[in-house]
Amino acid sequence: MKAVAKPASIDVFAEEAQPQFGAGHRATRNTSVLIGTVTLAIIVVVGVLAPYLGATDPAQINPAARNRTPGTESTIRNADGSETHRTHWMGTDSLGRDVYSRVLYGARVSLVVGVSVAVMSAAAGLLIGLLAGYLRWLDGFVMRIMDGLMAIPAILLAIALVSLASAGLRTVIVAIVIPEIPRVVRLVRSVVLSIREEPYVEAAVALGSPTPALLARHVLPNTVAPLIVQATFVCASAILVEAILSFLGIGIPPQIPTWGNIMAEGRTLFRIFPHNILFPGVFLAVTVLAVNMLGDGLRDSLDPRMRKRL
Amino acid sequence: MAVVTTMVFLLLRLTTGDPAAIIAGDNATAQDVAAVRAKLGLDRPIPQQFGIWLGNIARGDLGESFFFKKKVSALILDRVEPTVSLATCTVVLAVMLAVPLGVAAAYRRGSWIDRLAMGMSVLGFSVPAFVIAYTLIYLFAVQFAWLPVQGYQRISQGFGGFIERLILPSATLALIQVALIARITRGSVLEVLNADYVRTARAKGLADRWVLVRHVLRNAAVPIVTVIGLGVAVLIGGVVVTESVFSIPGLGRLTVDAVLARDYPTVQAVVLLFSLVYVLINLVVDLTYTVLDPRIRY
Repeated sequence: MKAVAKPASIDVFAEEAQPQFGAGHRATRNTSVLIGTVTLAIIVVVGVLAPYLGATDPAQINPAARNRTPGTESTIRNADGSETHRTHWMGTDSLGRDVYSRVLYGARVSLVVGVSVAVMSAAAGLLIGLLAGYLRWLDGFVMRIMDGLMAIPAILLAIALVSLASAGLRTVIVAIVIPEIPRVVRLVRSVVLSIREEPYVEAAVALGSPTPALLARHVLPNTVAPLIVQATFVCASAILVEAILSFLGIGIPPQIPTWGNIMAEGRTLFRIFPHNILFPGVFLAVTVLAVNMLGDGLRDSLDPRMRKRL
Repeated sequence: MAVVTTMVFLLLRLTTGDPAAIIAGDNATAQDVAAVRAKLGLDRPIPQQFGIWLGNIARGDLGESFFFKKKVSALILDRVEPTVSLATCTVVLAVMLAVPLGVAAAYRRGSWIDRLAMGMSVLGFSVPAFVIAYTLIYLFAVQFAWLPVQGYQRISQGFGGFIERLILPSATLALIQVALIARITRGSVLEVLNADYVRTARAKGLADRWVLVRHVLRNAAVPIVTVIGLGVAVLIGGVVVTESVFSIPGLGRLTVDAVLARDYPTVQAVVLLFSLVYVLINLVVDLTYTVLDPRIRY
């Protein structure tokens, strides 16, 4: 199995740009790709540069300034007696933590979860899908397992999985990856099944190329475009699921600022101080929307025929 | 389904935590823990445990909850009503909204209603259920105070209160379902609109309304029904979240509580039950194809 994976990962990058000469051009001119990319870029910048955008320590508690509404100012007395004035643009939560800082830092977690889940499930799904699609004896067995996994609703499976291990970022990522794998496998397998009947694959078989080389050279490049699109949608749903898990209190531990955790914290006093839910909620929705728009646009521009398959 | 059963069992038995230690409590000695383990049969080999568990399920015995100290089957039975009411309300509401919306969007393609419908559907995919939930609560329960904020009332305690408390949670979940169903309806109707028989129906002077209902919708129905079935997976996920937000004592809430308490017989049973329902609903959906489209036979 390893032998197949290695050349595969190299070829992804080598072949990516080549067959989509026109498609790449189309993608950059697609409005929803453009809007999605720009919005995402802003969120990435916000997340990465959080300390330079006026965000302070997101875990700093200020008992004197609890539950402030957005825009109020507070004074923090430092250890040396000096005072710092600061404005809470998004208010503070019930422990006096600055929501603005927490939301900005929360972007990091969401993006890390989204990207790593997308990459991991795409890689695992690609490998399993290639093998299942090409090696007929493996197909039946693998697809039954995948069908079984797909029969369990994704969020429920993720919830069951996080309940197994200790709470943490890694657990959450793995718990979201596993339910996503079967969907990727199905997609890759369907592409492989149609490609393997193509004359050029037959020609390669006739020329005696070994199976791993054949998969990597002739089959894999055809899966790249649909895979990128699928990975984008996986990324969007991963961000959502992470927020849901954290919100329910079974995801990432509450001391780490994530959008789900901020909202979970704001739940009890929601009626009086809706800002704790409003701001992270808006950020979350905008991020997921941006990723989805990117996916929609990529799908339309990379391969118009793909509309039906997804 | 066999695969699902095995998987549910294996997943939850590979727990890192020791359930016996959890039940026995913090002050338990090693003997106490061993006694609890023997009582629950956790000291036996895994395949044997699996056999016993399967046998019990076949007899309808889902084991005893560690946390609630009750039979899991009784626990579930107690929580079914809220969840079923919520899910039914949601699907009815969603279909009532989404199908006309999708048809209208396809019929007036490119118009404001099409854009509105598609914009809404992208939004429905992107906004998590609990954000929708809190927005609705804020608007209709806090600002206007038309509806109760949260809670649940059994149908036996009065229908008015029951419906009143179901409106917001169902609306929350329905918005997501509408996004899903409206999108497919639009696509499916668009495809049928170009068919020859639609042109014929129009040519013979049938009013557009009747063409849509009799010829178009009927032929576009299969993908719509399919997506309603597939949407149940999303719905189940949404139920878990929505019940937590609205404090509805249903199965979704039970799942979260059980996970938090590491009560794995309950988690096992609920996951199994939800998966079973999901598979069954999709089976029923498959069977309705023959009714909707007599050309399909099994």
